[in-house]
Amino acid sequence: MNASFWVEALVALLLVLSGVFVLVSALGFTFLRDFFLRMHPPALAYTIATWCVSIAGIVYFSALGDGLAMHHLLIIIMLCVTVPVTTVVLARVALFRRRMAGVANTPPALTPPHGSDSEE
Amino acid sequence: MSLLRRLLPAPLLSAALFLAWLLLARSVSTAQVLLGLALALAIPIRTTRLRQTGVSVRKPLVIIRYVITVIRDVIASNLEVGWGVLTWWRRQPDAKFVVIPLDLRDPAGLAVLAMVTTVVPGTVWSELALDKSALMLHVWDAPDEEAFIRRYKQRYELPLKEIFE
Repeated sequence: MNASFWVEALVALLLVLSGVFVLVSALGFTFLRDFFLRMHPPALAYTIATWCVSIAGIVYFSALGDGLAMHHLLIIIMLCVTVPVTTVVLARVALFRRRMAGVANTPPALTPPHGSDSEE
Repeated sequence: MSLLRRLLPAPLLSAALFLAWLLLARSVSTAQVLLGLALALAIPIRTTRLRQTGVSVRKPLVIIRYVITVIRDVIASNLEVGWGVLTWWRRQPDAKFVVIPLDLRDPAGLAVLAMVTTVVPGTVWSELALDKSALMLHVWDAPDEEAFIRRYKQRYELPLKEIFE
């Protein structure tokens, strides 16, 4: 068994692991009923699942391609920077709409709105 | 303002852009290095008005330790949330909104805190008070609210205060 066998085995393991995490993430996303609960499972897809694929890419192309291939790291960094933007906007919109609709169990705003009684 | 400061308004951003360019180009040939340098100089100057200026970052050791903590916590929380989804039929997690009093005030620090909170599975950044005195998170599983708040502040907020303030 030569070195490239072990490299390929490691890459395969990482890819399968990533697939398992995406599957669990998708499962949670489909069967959970509450919006805020449903925001948690996708985090699996954009963190560890992406990390596994990116690391698999780094290992594969560094070992079997030509030279060190670290540019997959940028995928991890860029996702870390951009994903929070959409996630925070989604959470804010969901909270806003629930408050407007008067859904039960919605926490009150941390800063009272202008003109309300609680603001002295 | 000195000439150097005007040419390099954000040295760290320039360095990061330069490195990212070389990583993407996958070469250190003269042409790519020059192109990378040009971008690293031009982009921060063109975008000064979009950013908060004068961000100071201190204590590189704390930064490295913080990154390691976050990576470890991301992996641990991934397993926790994944397991929680798979065993949902047996036990539902104690999910709730948690309000955390904040000591961190620096906008750049808060941006990093928002990023870390989102990237670590199990916490969703939901609201920041207008005066930045409190923060609301939706937490996947927090049976003990007090303990969660203590852990969150100690683990994620305190190092950012050291780095940015």
